Amino acid sequence: MSCVERPDDFESRRARLRALSDEDLRARFWELAKRIVAPLIAEARTHTTPSIERSVLLRMGFSSLESKALVARMHERQLLGHGAGRLVLELARRKSLTVRVAGIALLEGRYWDEIGR
Amino acid sequence: MKLSPDEKLDVREVLKDLEHYRPRRRGWTWRTKIAHHEIGPFVLDDTSANLAHSVPLPSAHAFGNIDPQSDVVITTEIASGRFEDDLRRMRMAAWHGADHIMVIRTTGQSHIDGLIEGTPEGVGGIPITRKQVRATRKALDAIEDEVGRPINFHSYVSGVAGPEIAVLFAEDGVNGAHQDPQYNVLYRGINMHRSFVDAAEAKRIMADAGILQLDGAHNANATAKEAWKVTPELLIQHAINTAYSNAVGMPAALIALSTVPPTAPPAPKMRLDLPYAVALRELFRGYRFRAQQNTRYIEADTREATVTHVLDTLISRLTSADIQSTITPDEGRNIPWHYNNVAGVNTARQTLMGLDGLMELLQLKPDGPLRQQAREITERAVLFLEEIVEQGGYYAAVAAGQFVDSGHFPERHGDGIVRDPDGGDGAGTVIARAADYGAPVCSHFGDNVYAPTVGKPCDGYGGCTLCDASKIQYIDELDVADNVARRLETPLAERAAGLLRPEVEKHGDGVVCVTLFVPASPSVAEAAALEMAKHMGLKDPEVISRRLMHPAEGSLFEIKGVLDFAIQIAELPLPARVAPLAESEIEAWVRPRNIHVVAATVGEDEHSVGLHEILDIKHGGIEKYGFHCHDLGTSVPIERLLDVAQQTGARAILISTIVTHARVHEEHMRRLHALAQERGVRERPVLVAGGTQVTDELARACGMDAGFGRGTSGRDVASFLVRTWREREEW
Repeated sequence: MSCVERPDDFESRRARLRALSDEDLRARFWELAKRIVAPLIAEARTHTTPSIERSVLLRMGFSSLESKALVARMHERQLLGHGAGRLVLELARRKSLTVRVAGIALLEGRYWDEIGR
Repeated sequence: MKLSPDEKLDVREVLKDLEHYRPRRRGWTWRTKIAHHEIGPFVLDDTSANLAHSVPLPSAHAFGNIDPQSDVVITTEIASGRFEDDLRRMRMAAWHGADHIMVIRTTGQSHIDGLIEGTPEGVGGIPITRKQVRATRKALDAIEDEVGRPINFHSYVSGVAGPEIAVLFAEDGVNGAHQDPQYNVLYRGINMHRSFVDAAEAKRIMADAGILQLDGAHNANATAKEAWKVTPELLIQHAINTAYSNAVGMPAALIALSTVPPTAPPAPKMRLDLPYAVALRELFRGYRFRAQQNTRYIEADTREATVTHVLDTLISRLTSADIQSTITPDEGRNIPWHYNNVAGVNTARQTLMGLDGLMELLQLKPDGPLRQQAREITERAVLFLEEIVEQGGYYAAVAAGQFVDSGHFPERHGDGIVRDPDGGDGAGTVIARAADYGAPVCSHFGDNVYAPTVGKPCDGYGGCTLCDASKIQYIDELDVADNVARRLETPLAERAAGLLRPEVEKHGDGVVCVTLFVPASPSVAEAAALEMAKHMGLKDPEVISRRLMHPAEGSLFEIKGVLDFAIQIAELPLPARVAPLAESEIEAWVRPRNIHVVAATVGEDEHSVGLHEILDIKHGGIEKYGFHCHDLGTSVPIERLLDVAQQTGARAILISTIVTHARVHEEHMRRLHALAQERGVRERPVLVAGGTQVTDELARACGMDAGFGRGTSGRDVASFLVRTWREREEW
């Protein structure tokens, strides 16, 4: 559908908009804008990214360096779909550790075979 | 930390104990409008509270030094690369009326996958880190206490680490931020799926922290070849970011549209820009507007930039603006110099105060070309949206080059920005959430097994950092070579040694700017101007502005260069300032003696403001001490002054030479001295000259007993007179 070049045919295109009042035109504008963002929002609701997961670990009390290393290792192991925060919290619960101690243990290379299963 | 107006900001104090610094508030602060505000001799309508400390506009001296503040937040953008220098710039800007400090990020931070820590130096901005955010917010706390108005701190939540930066900003009290995934997609080449998925999380965090969001649509103005033709698309970019923010749950009160009037004279700016501004405000009513000044067409001429910015600000007043952002007038020729931040802020402040109450006097026409053009822009925008839908949605439209095409939509030139939905920085990093996906933290967007029906998602482990700030992990420095402590070594040593250098951007950079008119053809004149600058001792001189006056008669140049030496403060010949006598002491001496004084503005000069301030009782002048003042008015011949002095037995003659050309003020002083000698009366009346060009040294050299320059008060003059008469033991 790419329009490489096209003259200004506004006068013919606008004909069908002419009948709309200013308020109707405004309503049409917002209806289209909402329709365009709907699939983008749906993707955001059901997907995550390394940055989102690092931001979750930051909020759980890890430093930027710790968050980055944890998320990188989880990403390598294809575990991020569960959520980095969930992996750490559930490990902490199972081992009766604080969230922070559980995360540091993972950074030290422990428990990796026990998470995300 | 507390600032004192006569002391420099101490960066060492700012850097102390940042590990434990906590911001005093979260979220954005607007100015509170005050209508019918009595300030000095005026009643103003579009104002906010006065400041505790400020530098008034230059003409304020004629209006009792009032400094009214507009009801609109004023922004300045700061970008030196060293935050420790930026803090001083922020303080100066705040004294001139800025309450929105927008800190530009270093080149390339958009592409850094994660947070930066410490205080590395940046290029064209600073690397945004927790330490720099804390130091800046801490300094702004002290600056806002000094000026007496809250200051909003702002930076950018874009790039591939948006969610993390949003968390940092929420935790550490940043008040406003740019967030617009379209900016990543169009201008940073970042993968579009990644940009939009990240943006939803970042917006959710910002919304909960009360951080005001600015969008990125103004960038299309700055990049489009013919910016006035992209106005339909600007409405689309605003709409996509706004609709997306709404869907994430950001309230309208936190969504600000970043809008720029697209043209500059000699284009018919009002005719093109005003209908667009009206269409935008009607389509987006209920949202906030951040009106930005135009940068697209500025090159080297700061005066031209200033006039365009005045017209931009007029459009803000004719429509509406919640924030008036300023552009430094030198942005087209260098990384902004700090005094040009102040100049830009003053352009907005001066214009806004001059336009106070405008919309009580005027209204925009409800019919005619303004309405027709506003409607046309909106129709073009609706057609644009329809085409995005027909193309299969946003990603497909970007892939087809729909955006930033230089044609006036629906016209297409085929030169739009094309991005591959599966390509770009961060491609392939968007991951589907599993059915058990969880994020046990506040301000998280989307599917989440920890989203509770009651309580918070972080209750299970005692709270996240947004609920318990003591859990934030602070990192001080990571780089032993590139950090603020190392950078401060030289400036602090120089300051301790009492050394001073000129600067425009960073401490002691030595950069100065000289203005030269050279009466020759352009190429000869430019070569000569550079040679002249070298002879002035400037290193690395560079022409930063050239303006033709006439092809044969000459050109005007501004040349920057480095003045590579430091002044020893201790060796400066500072004039000893004599403290004035107490008011009561002056009056007690003067009143019983019935002293007559003759005064006038001499020569062909109709300015009398300065003299009134020295004489009139209502301006705090010397009349209040009991002097009998004979003000002969303006353009008074010297002979007449001496005539009246002799008739009244005056003991002093005060002359004012306010605006002078070709050293005429010196002639007047010499002539008064000579004529008094001729008449044999030089010993009796004390002769005093005043004026903006006058110094005590100059006046004495011209035969006067004293001279007074800018900033003199009646008390200074009266103190001098009383002391002189006491010394002469007259009476």
